[in-house]
Amino acid sequence: MEHTTKDHAELAQEFNRDEERVNWHDETLWFIREKRDKAAHNIPEWEALRETASQIKNNVLSNLDNYLQQFEKAAIANGVTVHWAADATEHNQIVHKLLNEVGVNRMVKSKSMLTEECGLNEYLAHHGIEVIDSDLGERIVQLAGEPPSHIVLPCIHKKKEEIGEIFHQNLGTAAGISDPQFLTETARQHLREVFLTRRAALTGVNFAVAETGEFVVCTNEGNADMGAHLADIHIASMGIEKLIPERKHLGVFLRLLTRSATGQPITTYSSHFKKPRPGSQMHIILVDNGRSVQLGREDFRNSLKCIRCGACMNTCPVYRRSGGHSYHSAIAGPIGSILAPNLDMKQYADLPFASTLCGSCSNVCPVKINIHEQLYKWRQVLVKDGYAPTGKKAGMQLMTWTLSSPGLYHMAGKAGRWVLKYAPFAVNNKLNPWYIHRDLPTPPAQSFGEWYKQNRK
Amino acid sequence: MKVGLFIPCYVDQFYPGAAIATLQLLEKFGVDVTYPPKQTCCGQPMANSGFEHLTTGCNELFIENFAEFDYIVAPSGSCVLHIRDHIHDDKNPKAAESISHKIYELTTFLTDVLKVQSLNARFPHKVGIHQSCHGQRGLHISSMSELVAPEFSKPASLLNMVNDIDIIHLSREDECCGFGGTFCVTEEAISAKMGKDRVADHLAHGAEYITGVDMSCLMHMEGILKRQGSKTKVIHIAEILNAG
Repeated sequence: MEHTTKDHAELAQEFNRDEERVNWHDETLWFIREKRDKAAHNIPEWEALRETASQIKNNVLSNLDNYLQQFEKAAIANGVTVHWAADATEHNQIVHKLLNEVGVNRMVKSKSMLTEECGLNEYLAHHGIEVIDSDLGERIVQLAGEPPSHIVLPCIHKKKEEIGEIFHQNLGTAAGISDPQFLTETARQHLREVFLTRRAALTGVNFAVAETGEFVVCTNEGNADMGAHLADIHIASMGIEKLIPERKHLGVFLRLLTRSATGQPITTYSSHFKKPRPGSQMHIILVDNGRSVQLGREDFRNSLKCIRCGACMNTCPVYRRSGGHSYHSAIAGPIGSILAPNLDMKQYADLPFASTLCGSCSNVCPVKINIHEQLYKWRQVLVKDGYAPTGKKAGMQLMTWTLSSPGLYHMAGKAGRWVLKYAPFAVNNKLNPWYIHRDLPTPPAQSFGEWYKQNRK
Repeated sequence: MKVGLFIPCYVDQFYPGAAIATLQLLEKFGVDVTYPPKQTCCGQPMANSGFEHLTTGCNELFIENFAEFDYIVAPSGSCVLHIRDHIHDDKNPKAAESISHKIYELTTFLTDVLKVQSLNARFPHKVGIHQSCHGQRGLHISSMSELVAPEFSKPASLLNMVNDIDIIHLSREDECCGFGGTFCVTEEAISAKMGKDRVADHLAHGAEYITGVDMSCLMHMEGILKRQGSKTKVIHIAEILNAG
């Protein structure tokens, strides 16, 4: 995970120094949003499907304790070892311990945003264990030494020419190659060697079925399967909110997930894992890491419905123009901005403000999380708990006094219009953030209130 | 039917033309409309910045000014949404609730309450419609591109009654302009970039005017148009519906 002292606004401003890149990033993600729209509009019952998914998740969140125990019991009966991790550190320690027990110091890992959240790669590297990410996008950012910028499309911020250069430096391809087919084939050969030689594989979990104790991993590249099927030990890390009650509910979520994510009808691989192959081990780590705290926050609990499709990022006009890294959190975009403050209010106090509250995120969300309303509510919580800058507090207090008093308001309005008219240099300068890219309105001779007094009363 | 006219603070101070057009339009339809002179602001700038707890004074003042009316009409989707969703008064909860039910954004009041079927207006120009998010996604004054639902638009249905108007098509019909209240200065880079992109869409399709139900979005886009030296202007929807 990226560690930075800069806030979203500063990081976004840096990203915007290269406007051509911003345009390219925006258009690339908008293209995916449009693909999502087409896929959704092909399903006449789309809105009913979203509502059903939302209700199923409501049921899960209200009965999470029971479903977790039901799942654990079924998984154990299937021959799977179940571990419980209260937080990121415990999760990382469990993985480390399991690898130590089988004497393995090299692991292949398919996409798992949870392990990004937990900082697993760094933790294991620190303990001398090498992790290779097998999702193509994740492998690219890993080689570049960067965190993913998007939960579904980890290297969406990289152009093919840049990927060619990363491969040139790390995988020995010739310089100047940007042909996607060639680069993909290079990655394929490189990862094939990894799959064949790693004895341990870690995967994420998209859905865990309480009824059967099985879990489902969705990928387009088949990399989770390649890793897990060739390894002696398969570790699956899952957040405790990934449960669904019964197998039949999968149909609802699998129809929604990839249509929302990329506009595909379904992921290329939706693989069910239930029990270990003879002679191999299968482990599931159930990770809390703040989830039960979030479950207890009435206004924010349904953020736990998230199925990590990334649709809110693709549609977000701010995300598209600020890039995923500007959110300095494992999960970027609108959903990341309502999840991150739960983990650390101080570090992520800026994120709920990185939005115009346009509401597009809530509209595309396949499980109907009221994302933009939660952004608004987080703002109130963060300010009340003392995470607002002092200058902002003073300004807001001044504004409150002015706007609560008609007399003060009329005086301030007049003064403001007077300044704009007779001393525009006082506000038309680079100290006023509005003025950097925008002109100020031309001040009218009188306010509407003044006009009304003269013309109607 | 007694209607209280709520004019948002920045419209009062910077865009009296939009407010006058709103008043005249309502008068044309024979509405008994009054502008309570002691009004100020809905409190949204504080609330959206996380300071909703400081809006008690604004809420009390709003209730004091508007409690007596049958309807409250404002030429703004954003301020109306804020009042509808967030007005509260611990001392007088019933009055606050009543306000939230009787406040209307102008175009919705025209289509849903007055049930306007025709207008005597003429605006012979190419016009781009900006869908302000709070009116659209908050008050549902038009359908939204994300949802699988029938298409409709209250503002467009009114604009279609205007003679000689040429409404242009946009590449992104309901993308946010990036104003976002205090977002426009706290996230200056993104806000300005979003505004530039939104304006570019209108310009690419030949807009002479950009209109909408919220002057705040239009003020933001006007700032960008002026900086670019563009001849394209912004105009509040009330001014088009009241034109000619």
